[in-house]
Amino acid sequence: MTAPLPVRPPAPPDDRAAGVPAAREPSKLLAPLRETGKLFALAAAVTRVIFRRPFQLREFIEQFWFVASVTILPAALVSIPFGAVIALQVGSLTQQLGAQSFTGGASVLAVIQQASPLIVALLIAGAGGSAICADLGSRKIREELDAMEVMGVSPIQRLVVPRVLATMLVAVLLNGMVSVVGTLGGYFFNVIMQGGTPGAYLASFSALAQLPDLYISELKALIFGFIAGIVAAYRGLNPRGGPKGVGDAVNQSVVITFMLLFFVNMVLTAIYLQIVPPKGG
Amino acid sequence: MGIEVVVEGLTKSFGKQNIWQDVTLTLPAGEVSVMLGPSGTGKTVFLKSIIGLLKPERGRVLIDGVDMVGSPERDIYETRKLFGLMFQDGALFGSMTLFDNIAFPLREHTRKKESEIRRIVMERIEVVGLLGAEGKLPGEISGGMRKRAGLARALVLDPQIILCDEPDSGLDPVRTAYLSQLLIDLNAQIDATMLIVTHNLDIAATVPDNMGMLFRQGLVTFGPREVLLTSEEPVVAQFLGGRREGPIGMSEEKDAATLAREQLSGGGDHAGQPRTVVPQLEPSPGMPVRQGALRRRERVLGMMAQLPEAARTAIMRSYSPAGGGVTG
Repeated sequence: MTAPLPVRPPAPPDDRAAGVPAAREPSKLLAPLRETGKLFALAAAVTRVIFRRPFQLREFIEQFWFVASVTILPAALVSIPFGAVIALQVGSLTQQLGAQSFTGGASVLAVIQQASPLIVALLIAGAGGSAICADLGSRKIREELDAMEVMGVSPIQRLVVPRVLATMLVAVLLNGMVSVVGTLGGYFFNVIMQGGTPGAYLASFSALAQLPDLYISELKALIFGFIAGIVAAYRGLNPRGGPKGVGDAVNQSVVITFMLLFFVNMVLTAIYLQIVPPKGG
Repeated sequence: MGIEVVVEGLTKSFGKQNIWQDVTLTLPAGEVSVMLGPSGTGKTVFLKSIIGLLKPERGRVLIDGVDMVGSPERDIYETRKLFGLMFQDGALFGSMTLFDNIAFPLREHTRKKESEIRRIVMERIEVVGLLGAEGKLPGEISGGMRKRAGLARALVLDPQIILCDEPDSGLDPVRTAYLSQLLIDLNAQIDATMLIVTHNLDIAATVPDNMGMLFRQGLVTFGPREVLLTSEEPVVAQFLGGRREGPIGMSEEKDAATLAREQLSGGGDHAGQPRTVVPQLEPSPGMPVRQGALRRRERVLGMMAQLPEAARTAIMRSYSPAGGGVTG
């Protein structure tokens, strides 16, 4: 058999010159910007569609329950040692400075403002977001989302919006729980383990902490929940080819969310410290 | 009565790879059309472009005044409610039972009562022969059943335009024959415009009113079935004959040198044999007359002068009382 394998013939007459605008090869350098742009576009689309009727109440409740059920226990279990670590560290520091009486206020502020929203967001992204991303991704590669669009149902309205709202609401509620559990953990370790006085702990609490601290904490949780939901949905809606692509998308969604969370947290904290005067000062 | 689909100058590429360019055709209202083509020539892409899932770079797809390529997203979603699309593997929702899958469009787009939804869904389930399986999940049934369930879901909103992506793949010949008959019966009942994308020769020979073929980044022809079935065009003849000799190669097109060698070694023997045009399927007894077929008859008789000789003969034979065909 000497016949050469059939090879691809020369490209068909290239009449691109005659009018067809040749698609310019997109620059590799701009790829991250393009992805970012698409992410923001999805965020804008979701925000717009949130207000469009009919609202998918059933899907929302199902997703809310799902995200809550996978995050509550780990969040509680993580927040106890986290509160304890902060209490121990701050306690030892304040002891050296001779300001033990302020341990309570300092550790509680750290827990409520920083630790709690971050713990919540990490768990929502890690447990809820990854599941959402995998679910949407596998639906995408099985053409379920295409089928939905063909039936005139927008997957963003039907699937993404309830999920994003669910992560947001769970984040806010979970944040309250983590704050309480973390504070109790801190109290326990400071008072029982380090021999702090309960009265001083509680007094410094109200001397340093104020209500806006709680507000910013909840606002952070809300924004982090939104980011976790949007990133998970974005990566889930755009997996790159096949089941392996879905796995990669889940991985990326968690990593991207984490990076975004810490960055946004920094920005929000900086703004908060600028505009809200500290109580003790 | 179905809606006419007008495709004008459609061009689609993925990156640098051009899929097809300048595809222009009209799917006549209420008629059944088949798009043929070797694997990998972008038939499915064509289907998805018609319904607006993929956006071609140039050209228009006009349905009822809405351009599925360039119109606002809102209009496109509205127009999609006129469509029923049967996906290659059904594309059922994996987390829902067959019943819920088929009821999905009704629940999303209508305010019907649950009892009425149940009646309509069970009716469709019976049409596609899935009675008894309505409680199963898509993962628990065979590929052929998934396909039929996908068809039932596509039909549940009484679409004006039905698109079928390879209705035969994964079905045995008997089921394929039943499905062909089902499609024709459906057309007689609801008079929807239908486009079937396939490379099954039986479906191509017996089902459609019109046929087209995609090959080498373009539309080879599109017209009344007899035109393709009697065509001497090498690509069409090779494809309909299912032969190795001709311009279609294993992966892509063959190059000129291979073609020339083939012709020298006498590969073109079959080309001389005239192909017979099999009569088109008729609706089952008891079904209404296909309005699309009646309209097509008028249309085709009107364009006789432009058709090639062989096609003209075949058409005259099919429309003469002795040759079967549409009567009435």
